[in-house]
Amino acid sequence: MSDVLLDVADLKVHFPIPTGGLIGGRTRWLKAVDGVSFSVKRGETLGIVGESGCGKSTLGRAILRLIAPSAGRVLWLGQDLSGLSQEEMRRHRREMQIIFQDPLASLDPRMTVGDIIAEPLTALEPDLPKAEIKERVRSMMSKVGLLPEMINRYPHEFSGGQYQRIGVARAMIVRPALIVCDEPVSALDVSIQAQIVNLLMDLQAEFGLTLLFISHDLSVVRHISHRILVLYLGRVMELADRDSLYREARHPYTRALISAVPVPDPLIERSKRIEFLSGDLPSPIDPPSGCVFRTRCPHANDLCAAKVPDLEPVGTDHQVACHRWREIG
Amino acid sequence: MAVIDIRNLEVGFDTPEGKVQAVNGINLSVDRGECIGIVGESGSGKSQTFMAAMGLLARNGTARGEILFQGEQILGLGSRALNRIRGNAMSMIFQDPMTALTPHLRIGDQLTEVLTTHKGLGKRAAAARAVAMLEQVRIPEPARRMRQYPHELSGGMRQRVMIAMALLCEPELLIADEPTTALDVTVQAQVLSLMRDLKDRLNTALVLITHDLGVVAGLADRVMVMYAGLVVEEGPVETIFTDPRHPYTQGLLNSMPRIDRAGEERLTAIPGQPPNLQRLPSGCAFRPRCAYAFERCEQERPELEDIAPGRRKACHRERLEAVS
Amino acid sequence: MTNGTQAPDMAPPVRGRSLWQDALRRLSHNRAAVAAVVVLALVVLLAVVGPWIAPHAYDELYFDHVAIGPDLDAGFLFGTDTVGRDLFVRTLMGARISILVALAATSVSLLIGILYGAIAGFVGGRVDNLMMRFVDIMYALPFMFFVIILMVVFGRNIVLMFLALGAVEWLTMARIVRGQTLTLKNREFVEAAVASGVTRPRIILRHIIPNLLGPVAVYITLTIPQVILVESFLSFLGLGVQEPLTSLGVLISEGADEMETAPWMLIFPATVLATMLFCFNFIGDGVRDALDPKDR
Repeated sequence: MSDVLLDVADLKVHFPIPTGGLIGGRTRWLKAVDGVSFSVKRGETLGIVGESGCGKSTLGRAILRLIAPSAGRVLWLGQDLSGLSQEEMRRHRREMQIIFQDPLASLDPRMTVGDIIAEPLTALEPDLPKAEIKERVRSMMSKVGLLPEMINRYPHEFSGGQYQRIGVARAMIVRPALIVCDEPVSALDVSIQAQIVNLLMDLQAEFGLTLLFISHDLSVVRHISHRILVLYLGRVMELADRDSLYREARHPYTRALISAVPVPDPLIERSKRIEFLSGDLPSPIDPPSGCVFRTRCPHANDLCAAKVPDLEPVGTDHQVACHRWREIG
Repeated sequence: MAVIDIRNLEVGFDTPEGKVQAVNGINLSVDRGECIGIVGESGSGKSQTFMAAMGLLARNGTARGEILFQGEQILGLGSRALNRIRGNAMSMIFQDPMTALTPHLRIGDQLTEVLTTHKGLGKRAAAARAVAMLEQVRIPEPARRMRQYPHELSGGMRQRVMIAMALLCEPELLIADEPTTALDVTVQAQVLSLMRDLKDRLNTALVLITHDLGVVAGLADRVMVMYAGLVVEEGPVETIFTDPRHPYTQGLLNSMPRIDRAGEERLTAIPGQPPNLQRLPSGCAFRPRCAYAFERCEQERPELEDIAPGRRKACHRERLEAVS
Repeated sequence: MTNGTQAPDMAPPVRGRSLWQDALRRLSHNRAAVAAVVVLALVVLLAVVGPWIAPHAYDELYFDHVAIGPDLDAGFLFGTDTVGRDLFVRTLMGARISILVALAATSVSLLIGILYGAIAGFVGGRVDNLMMRFVDIMYALPFMFFVIILMVVFGRNIVLMFLALGAVEWLTMARIVRGQTLTLKNREFVEAAVASGVTRPRIILRHIIPNLLGPVAVYITLTIPQVILVESFLSFLGLGVQEPLTSLGVLISEGADEMETAPWMLIFPATVLATMLFCFNFIGDGVRDALDPKDR
């Protein structure tokens, strides 16, 4: 039985949206994440997929407390992080790091790459001697495939594919247990994507890393994840291990998503059946009642509008939030 | 006759850091009713080739060579002469539909303007045509959309408006530059299916510029793979995907994780970095990243040559299996 | 992935080229800016050493040479003023004071403005609101009135003028810095620093302020000429430096009175002032282009 590293329970992130005039305006809430629960075991990769506006990035940031959650709990090895002060949370950052989508924007343009990579180390272990820090940075640089003699260079002197390696090195330098990867390959060229995916998988194998891999790309997620969480409008639609999700997705949304992904093979791509979604994504300020997906779901009925579906077990390690998954088949 | 015929096109940009050669002498032509997919990564020159055709190069850019549109050289034409063609016989769809639509004008006004300027239609006739076109691109309640502003529409809807606008004058050539890259997958599927449908019905020549091989697989008849401002491989879509002959095409296909395959094994990544256009290597530009490179690749730039009916590649290796 | 570790470790680290070095290189290719720097450097150099090496002292009266035009034989390059003082050395002296005032006031505004603006912008919320409302109130005070009261209460004093000018100029600086901080705060590298466990004061010092310096540098090149102008204006009104000390503003004021009888008294100091302002503007343009090459 592998141990649970992270346990997220009923996590909510609501942003206030001021409406109305100066006086008498009431605050409405944008429900970016609305009651998400899941747990992650040590050493596994949980893929978090969904389209823009589903709250996947907000979820990742709320777990790391880069955004304050509105409700719910985040348990780290059994300890609740949500009640911690800024300073207490800061000390926990050694255990959990993040890699960003836009690799260049996440690097301070006025710092050398050595200083950027060393930053978590200098911030969290201020007593470490300078020479030791430099040594660790150099060895981490070669570990992620950067030449250590580039340590004094600035980010703009690197090429697109190397920025993300710098980001990975920065996240890895404190040897964290968990890395939240927020769309880490979306901004990269196809040939570079594979390099970074391989790098992350190698690092995971070597250090027993746990990854939260947030992405809109279902192909990459299928490749890297052990389990996958499907989000729609801030809610969990389906949570399953990789093979059962891609082989027998239960939720109509998951099915639509998977069928929509283009396959680089003209024969398959031209003969496959795509399940199109009707309509547009509803506003997260005013989500539909009951099941949030019902306005676009071909199978929706009165029950879906009346009652919010719970996550029900479908099989071992497969849960779906749909009233009608049995009938849909 | 080809709708557009590009010969020996070179596009360069003057930057404070020196000259950047984005397109290095490419040749391509597109026929009526044909969809050609242009595949390449950033810096491959795939967009700049057609920006040059549209006369939309940045101010520091210069283009040389020939671009024949229906037999007429359009490279170097002044903007007045180009405006006769642009948005009329030749239109373009961009990646970001938000920036391509004017934010303070209603959708209807933007659509009818195209028709009144190019086709000389009256206001009422133009509006009717615009509504019909919105219907064709599967926009629900087209009459209501005509009165809305761009920001009131979703991303997928905006891209469909762009497509409608591009098709209004029944162009001979439609250039789609990463038309679905900014869209979500489910919306992308809708837009692609729409484009497939329109392509069959309208008999327009369609150029689809994209980095996504999956998008090309679904839509293109012929594929051109570009690298460092050159076409490295060209062929019918069926054979390019099943039997890639250029090491770069092969590498691209192998490095993509696929949704229809359970991935256990490591991806076969192409090593190294995309080319730096200011310091292109001698000989073949792909050589530093190529597993099959040998001495000749360093000395001599491979020309695009016929290797089979309808297939061309620019590589000194005749067969790829030999060395791997 | 790991097999490349050994050999590269031996190689000496390559020196990087920072954005500042890049900008400096671009600036050095800008002819107008380089020319402006050279001319300005000459003016400053003359202003600093000129009064010492000039043949006359700035406060020495030559009663036999009252209000004469430029006269090389007598050693009065720019002529003399109405009481027979050498205008050349007085102009240099005036330029010296003007530059001194500009530097001092700009430094004061920099120091207060950057810290104040960065803290307000980064902390945000109520603190930001309070701090910026204070700035608004200060803005609303009539500046001239403020300076006149200071001068009346504490007497005319050059140090006081530095403070008064600085105390006003920092307001705009704080506003600019706050605006920049607000955008910087939402940049991903700041979020990355938070996620790395960097403390807030350290984020301000290491990430916010260094990235602010670009726009600040541009603003400095605008502030310096502005301060010089305001100082000249104050002196013109008779609120600036005191006789026999002088500034460009005082000289221009005196020259304006004698414009019809002794035009050189106006022309020379005014030319020096105009040259300096021109130079600062060219440098400002150059700095802006050099820092943001895409914006041309």
